[in-house]
Parts: sequence; C-alpha cells; structure tokens
Amino acid sequence: MSFPWAEQYTPKNPVMVWIDDKLPLPRLAYNAVGAGYPVPRNLNYFWNFGVLAGLALMIQIVTGVIMAMHYGANDLVAFSTVEQTMRDVNAGWLMRYAHANGASFFFIVVYLHIFRGLYFGSYKAPREMVWLLGLVIFLLMMATAFMGYVLPWGQMSYWGAKVITGLFGAIPVVGEPIQTWLLGGFAPGNASLNRFFSLHFLLPFVIAGVIILHIWALHIPGSSNPTGVEVKGPQDTVPFHPYYTAKDGFGAGVFLIAFCALLFFAPNFLGHPDNYIEANPLSTPAHIVPEWYFWPFYAILRAFTVDFFFVPAKLLGVLAMFASILLLFFLPWLDTSPVRSGKYRPTFNKFFWILVIDVLILGWLGGAPAEEPFVMMSQVAAAYYFAHFLIILPLISRSEKPLPLPGSITEAVLAKYGKTDGATVAVPAE
Amino acid sequence: MVRIGAFLVGLFFAGWLFISFLIGAVAYVSEPPVPTVEKAFHELPKHVAYSFDGPLGHYDKQQLQRGFQVFKEVCSACHSLKFVAFRDLEALGYNEAEVKAIAKQWAIKTPSVDPATGEASTREPVPSDYFPKPFANNVAAAAANNNAIPPDLSLMTKARHHGSAYVYSLLTGYQAQPAELLKEFPDAKTPEGLHYNPYFANLNLAMAPPLTAEGQVTYGDGTKPTVDQMAQDVSAFLTWTAEPKLENRHRAGLATLIFLLIATGLAYMSYQNIWADKKKAA
Repeated sequence: MSFPWAEQYTPKNPVMVWIDDKLPLPRLAYNAVGAGYPVPRNLNYFWNFGVLAGLALMIQIVTGVIMAMHYGANDLVAFSTVEQTMRDVNAGWLMRYAHANGASFFFIVVYLHIFRGLYFGSYKAPREMVWLLGLVIFLLMMATAFMGYVLPWGQMSYWGAKVITGLFGAIPVVGEPIQTWLLGGFAPGNASLNRFFSLHFLLPFVIAGVIILHIWALHIPGSSNPTGVEVKGPQDTVPFHPYYTAKDGFGAGVFLIAFCALLFFAPNFLGHPDNYIEANPLSTPAHIVPEWYFWPFYAILRAFTVDFFFVPAKLLGVLAMFASILLLFFLPWLDTSPVRSGKYRPTFNKFFWILVIDVLILGWLGGAPAEEPFVMMSQVAAAYYFAHFLIILPLISRSEKPLPLPGSITEAVLAKYGKTDGATVAVPAE
Repeated sequence: MVRIGAFLVGLFFAGWLFISFLIGAVAYVSEPPVPTVEKAFHELPKHVAYSFDGPLGHYDKQQLQRGFQVFKEVCSACHSLKFVAFRDLEALGYNEAEVKAIAKQWAIKTPSVDPATGEASTREPVPSDYFPKPFANNVAAAAANNNAIPPDLSLMTKARHHGSAYVYSLLTGYQAQPAELLKEFPDAKTPEGLHYNPYFANLNLAMAPPLTAEGQVTYGDGTKPTVDQMAQDVSAFLTWTAEPKLENRHRAGLATLIFLLIATGLAYMSYQNIWADKKKAA
C-alpha cells in the first residue's frame, strides 16, 4: 500500500528485530507515519490539520477520562460534581476548561480539514473512501459533542437535549415514541443523562477506530496535494518522517498556543452563561442555542418556517438539516470535474468562496435569536448552501474550462522556487 | 442518476426556502415587527475596571474581604452561596483562626441532627461546611420573597453575560421608570412589588434595591462605603466565588505560553533546517 520507492523498515537493534519478527507493530507505525510513507513534497499548511485533529482527539480523551473520575452521572448531583471538579480537584479547573475548549478546537481544526478537502478536491477518485470515512468521523464527533454538552446539566444542557431529541419528534407517527425511547422518558432526566454519559465515553474510542480506517484508506492512494496532480515518481515525494513530522511539530505548536491562549485567558468565551445555571425543567431560557460549531446547521433547521402542503415546516427543517450533512457523502459523484484542485478551476473557485462566506453567515445566523430579519437571511443563505452542492457544483464541473495543470508536483515546486526552464522531466512511476 | 436526484432535492430545498423567504419578506414589509419595551430600554452593563481584568489580572484581597463583608451583611440574608465553603475564605487572606471564627459566628446555622433524639436540629458551622442556605427550601424562599426565589450567587458572575459588570450595574442601576418609556409603552408600567432596573433582562426585578445608602456597612480598612464602592466590592467578591482559581489559571497560562512560544520557535527552526534542501531551486 505504498509507492515502490518507499523506505523499508530495517531494525538493527536485536530487540527490535525480535519484536518485528513476532509482532511487526513498529513496522506498521514506520510505514504509516514514519519514513516508510512517501508524501507529496508540496503540501501547504492546510495539510497540517489532519494531524492536529488527531492531537485534539488525544487531548479530549485524556482530559475526558480524568473528568469522568470526578463526575457523577446523576441529575441530582451532575451539576455540583462538575463544580466540585472545578474547585476542589487538583487542576480540575484545567481539565474542565481544557475539555470544554478542546471540543471547540477539535471542531475548528476539523472544519479547516474539511475546507481543505473541499477546496483541493481531496474527495475525488481515488480517495472517495477517505472522504466518506471522514464524514463518518464528523457525524460521530457531532453526536459526541452534543451528548458531552448535556453532561454538566446546566440550563443549555437540559434545553439543548430537549430541542435536539425533539427533532426526532418531528418524524410523523413514530416520532414521539422515538423521542421518548432516546431520552428514556418524556423529558430529559436521569435516564437520559446516564445513557448520554455512557455513549459520550464510548464514542471517542469509536472515532479513534474510524480514524485508523481513515488513515488506512488514505495510504492506499497516498496523500493528495495542492496541485491535485498525482505523484509520478520518487522526486515528487519526501518521506513522512522527518519532513512532515517536523512540519507537524511546528503546526502542533501553533495550535497549542492558540488553544492555551483561549483556555487560560478566556475559557468561557465560547460557552454560554446559561450553562452555569443548574438545569431547571420549569424555566425555559430566553434563547436556546447550541454550541457554536452547530450554528450553521441550526440556522438551516430554523430556516424552514412554511409548511409544504401536508409536510410541517418543522419536519422540513429536520430533513434539511440532516440532508445538509448527508449530501456531502455524495460529493465525489456530484463534482465530476477531473481536475481536483480549486486552484486550476476558475469558475469553481468563485462559487467555492461564496460557499465559504455563506456558511460563515449561516453560522452567525444560527447563533442569532429566531426573529426577523435573521430568519429571512438564513433562508437565503440556506438556499444557496443546497443550490451550491446539489445544482451549481454538478453543472460547473461539466461546463468549466480548467486552467493548465503543472506537468508534475516537482515542476510546480521548482516553478515556485525559481527554476522554470522545463529541464525537469517527470519520471513515470513504475 | 445521483446527479438527477441531487438536482431535484436541491431544487426542492432551495426553491422552498426561497418561497418561504418571499412569504416572510412580504409579512416583514406589510407588518414590521413591533418594537418591544425590553429591546428599547434594556441596557448593557456599565464598564467597570477590576484588578482581575486582563490576562495578568489578579484579585485584590482587600477588595474581596470588603465584598465578603457586603455579602455577609446584606446579600446573605436572602441568597445562598452553596458551592463555597468557609475554608475557601482563606484565599481572601483570612487565617485559619479567623475562618473558624467567621464560621462559628455565621448568622445562619447548618442543618444537623440532634445526637440524642435523632430529630432535625442545627449546629454552628465549621470551616469545612459550605455556606448554609438562608431558606430551608424553594417554597420557603418564595414565600418569604414575594414569590420570587433568590438565586444562588456562587456562579452568578459566570451565569450572566459580562458577569462582574452586570452584578455591579444591577446593584447600582435601580431608578424610577423613565417618563418616555411610559409614553412609548403605556402598558409597560412596573407592576406592584417589582422594581425598575434597565440592566435586568425584562426591566422589572423582584429584588428591592439592596444597597441603598452610604455607610450601610462599615469597612474595617477605612474605605469609604459608598453605594458604588460596595457594589464594586461585592461584584468582585462574587467573581471570586464563581472563579476561585482565576489567579492559578493566569499564572499557569503565562508559564505555558512562554514555554510554548519557545518550543514552537525551536520546532519552526528544525522544520526549516530539515526542509532546507527541498525548498530551494534545484
């Protein structure tokens, strides 16, 4: 599952030879994230975010396991055990704030990772499976984050759980029984809290498992690159280690600086004050909003205000919200352009940046109160979101005339560093 | 097939959203939303400068002690502070004996059980006790307070936007209802038993102005106890109750960032070093 010129694992230490003979785990790591994995030499900083997402998951698992040691998954004590963790556990405040802000940073890097994939066409053949598994990870992350937000049992936890499980209640006939079944009762309560805790503990390990599949699927064709031109020979690649481990080390440093700046100096900036009020089923908050990373989808959900004949608006909103994510699973077959990178697709490029702005606007509207003029704006923005992926993208990928592609990765790199005399001829891969 | 299906789904969602937009826009133009009294008269908290502002901010222990005194003599009559224990007061600069004395002399006693009969009784609090609640339960709290339950104050400054400034503004923001408000919204007269305060979300608050006159408390450190001073001090105290580890956090954050800046600088140099031969013209 690699290029023929990949460096081979040859242990010299007799202990490592012995291990390699019995269980070639170091060999696996060497081929996956070591010198044995040849990677295009022209990756830009957007290719850092996969590793950073892995780092964010590690932070979440470590801080989460420690938090779980001090947490009581019971609606009578959940809120106060979290407070006691903040006050009386050694570095408990650090674990809690790192976990809460770590979730936000996990989404930040994953959104940038997805952005990279969308712009540079990483979802296209032969990497469709990498994309699909990535979306599975994204869905698992959303479920995990939602259930994690319920655990402190504050006002937003409670009412968020009520609203999100209420989405299933919009399904005709079976909706209400499904909602009751999900919650283990007619409203969020101790049964809901317990199962959310159990699943919130489980799912990160499922995510870790799917990440292994994601990387496995990636290593079959190898990493994509900013030109979208496939690797043609050894001169196009560098070994992952030390070249990209060094670059990822620097990326991890920048990530940690941003993360720690927020974590230590504005830990509640991304949170909602209402979640410092203990859950109260008798008092509905003025504005129920999810965490910021769900805002674009929340805006799509609330954009549907008019019934479509016998289909209620609420059900339409729920369908549209799920569709807004599920449509990404079809992306490799909606975008038929053979050119991967958005750099060489002038028409795609324009619409792509409109989409980016559109999603940012949807995010802003999802956090705004559900009143005019925000609802009207979210209707226009949500309409563009669907039109972009389902109508515009398939059309432009048929009609667009792409710019000339570089002959090879090496040619593109040499052009960048000042040698364009065309003396380099790509050596075709054997 | 996929693309035809996608086209139809896209056309449906985008089209119906556009129709919904048109319906909404017509309604918006024909019947513009009516302004509400809350939107028109609610005010954002005033700006207050605290010693704990900013990335290097720290608590002023004198101020926290004064704020604690205001809490003790004014707020604690109605409000609980259930996540704070007497032992925590050592962070304010009191020594062990002082904390013990504060607990012992606290006006509200800790619920207990009579060791002889097993019947419910009370005892003097000790430093390991959390601040006892002024009311036995929410029913008692509501009954004693014109049907409004005084909220617990432990986390108040984190449970409101601009928390510390909000508490300060609320305490100093009581005023007579403006005449122009009643002119614009004749139905919005503050109901009997409530108090007008533009910093409160719905403008009318059940709590009567708690800080009314200069000298309501007598500060031991000689600070002049104006209403403004007392409000600043108690809002600082409540910032501490909500975020007792703020100073640890700022200190740890500074050390972490310095470490990370150096480590990242080194990582950048090793990255440049390793790539040196790959980043120049061949």
